[in-house]
Amino acid sequence: MATLLLQQAINALTVGAIYALIALGYTMVYGVLRLINFAHSEMFTAGAFVAVFAASLLGGVAGHPGVALAAGFATFLAIGFLGVAVETVAYRPLRGTSRLAPMLSALGMAVVIQNVVMLVGGRRPLIYPSFLPRGVFQIAGAVVTYKQITILAVALVLMVGLELLVSRTSLGVKIRAVAESAETASLVGINPNLPIALIFFVGPGLGAVAGILYASYYGVATFSMGFIIGMKAFTAAILGGIGSIPGAVLGGLLLGFIETFATAWMPALTHGLIGTEYRDIFAFSVLVIILLFRPAGLLGEHVSEETMVYKRDF
Amino acid sequence: MIPMALMPIAVIVFGQFLPAYPLRILDLVLLYAMLGLGLNIVVGYAGLLDLGYVAFYAIGAYTYALLASPQFDLHLPFLLVLLIGAGLAALAGVLLGIPVLRLRGDYLAIVTLGFGEIIRVLMNNLDGLTNGPQGIARIDEAVIFGWHLSTPLDYLYLLVVLVVLTFLFVWRLQESSLGIALAAVREDQDAARGCGIDTTGVKLVAFATSATIGGIGGVVFASMQQFVSPESFTFWESLSIVLVVVVGGLGNPFGVILGAALLVVMPELLRAYADYRQLLYGIALVLIILARPMGLIRREYGPSWLVRRMTRA
Repeated sequence: MATLLLQQAINALTVGAIYALIALGYTMVYGVLRLINFAHSEMFTAGAFVAVFAASLLGGVAGHPGVALAAGFATFLAIGFLGVAVETVAYRPLRGTSRLAPMLSALGMAVVIQNVVMLVGGRRPLIYPSFLPRGVFQIAGAVVTYKQITILAVALVLMVGLELLVSRTSLGVKIRAVAESAETASLVGINPNLPIALIFFVGPGLGAVAGILYASYYGVATFSMGFIIGMKAFTAAILGGIGSIPGAVLGGLLLGFIETFATAWMPALTHGLIGTEYRDIFAFSVLVIILLFRPAGLLGEHVSEETMVYKRDF
Repeated sequence: MIPMALMPIAVIVFGQFLPAYPLRILDLVLLYAMLGLGLNIVVGYAGLLDLGYVAFYAIGAYTYALLASPQFDLHLPFLLVLLIGAGLAALAGVLLGIPVLRLRGDYLAIVTLGFGEIIRVLMNNLDGLTNGPQGIARIDEAVIFGWHLSTPLDYLYLLVVLVVLTFLFVWRLQESSLGIALAAVREDQDAARGCGIDTTGVKLVAFATSATIGGIGGVVFASMQQFVSPESFTFWESLSIVLVVVVGGLGNPFGVILGAALLVVMPELLRAYADYRQLLYGIALVLIILARPMGLIRREYGPSWLVRRMTRA
């Protein structure tokens, strides 16, 4: 029993770490622009595909940790720049119009990116070469793969890096200032475009790495895989309190645990009445319940009403 | 008033000359126009983002599918099911609205999104009731007072009537004291409350009204397609209806109808490009929004504006 619980905890942690990495991109963009960035899920997909391409340029990923690392880094940069490009083309001109316009423009970009991935990468599922080391070991009877350990390590490094960037550097101060109030920040001489561009570089970059980890973990990538994962990661961001970086991490991990444990235990607890097919409902039900009691999410600050409603018409 | 009265007649006359396939697309335009007009009450008038509107549409569609098909061998009359479907959708709107309308802004959007997904997953998995992913086929065609609707042209007549009724309804709603209260809530909720408006109450009414229209749309959809499956009620469908409203013109019934026409016809025109179709659709979408971020027709140029202009001239 304890072994089983430990095993599930490890699995949950792995999935949760991936959700958390994606959720960070949603939460940072939302924190600064109050924008639900629907294109973010496609950065995840594009990352998985670009990484395979980069690795094949470097001579294949099999057995070379150096190649995997280099391809991963190149993907981070490539998708980061893609994120900045999307922001410049599709969101920046809409800043200061209605709040719905950039959201739907993001939706359009999601369709565009997904279809480019489909046209270049193919409709059929791609058997994914693992970027992660193979092999297993045991802790107290639970099987842990090196894949899982690497995923957790990569996620941890990236999250700590992000936290240091935001809390310790001058760029981070600017990001926080713009998130607090873009107008006030511009009064003290901060050009909001730079921190916003940085967010649109780092967020998609993290999403792309999450894409590589996810596809390597499950061994397959499809052009349409971003949609559901993106929706769950967004749920995670809301769960933790959107706009909050620790909240996104907490929300991601929590979602991983809810899904894994609910899927494993619900059928037994309800005598098969509620089966694993309801997995997606658990996440949303928990979300609804948490929001009813903590309307700003677990770690969310109270977001000003002014910035949240869809009322500006000019 | 005259140009507005001429529009539906023009659509019906136009429909006489169309072959079956384009006629079906025209039907779809009208159906989406109706759904858009319904969603517009929540998004355009009340300023709340509902990302799960498809749930109400699905409730309407499955109500008809279950009550008028061989699934349980029930064959209730169309108009009766229309009332039941509308009622159930309204009930769902109220039940969802009571807890969630206290949430503000985007949290509401996410909870409605979650609700939409929950409804879809339920339809997918309650095999005994909904026949799961295979959906329900051989649904009865609609019969209204002895008039048997079978061709796309018949449905065109029905949909034109429904869109006209919905249009008149939402227009009068917008001009009513409820509409003014909704506008106040949209512009400044705290000030609205200060004026003595029961903000949660009016939002709830808006939510339920919008859900009712969605439910009616669903019943018509099920009778028109004679087949429903969870595939038709994905999150993407909710987003499409939001797109109709926002691309067309937030809070403007004319804009919504134009948006429906554009967003239904555009993918059909792009059909020739096969694999590139969706890509082109996405690019076109972004370009339209960049060009007209406030929608094709702005809020102030609505039906009341047209009437004022016409009577002045």
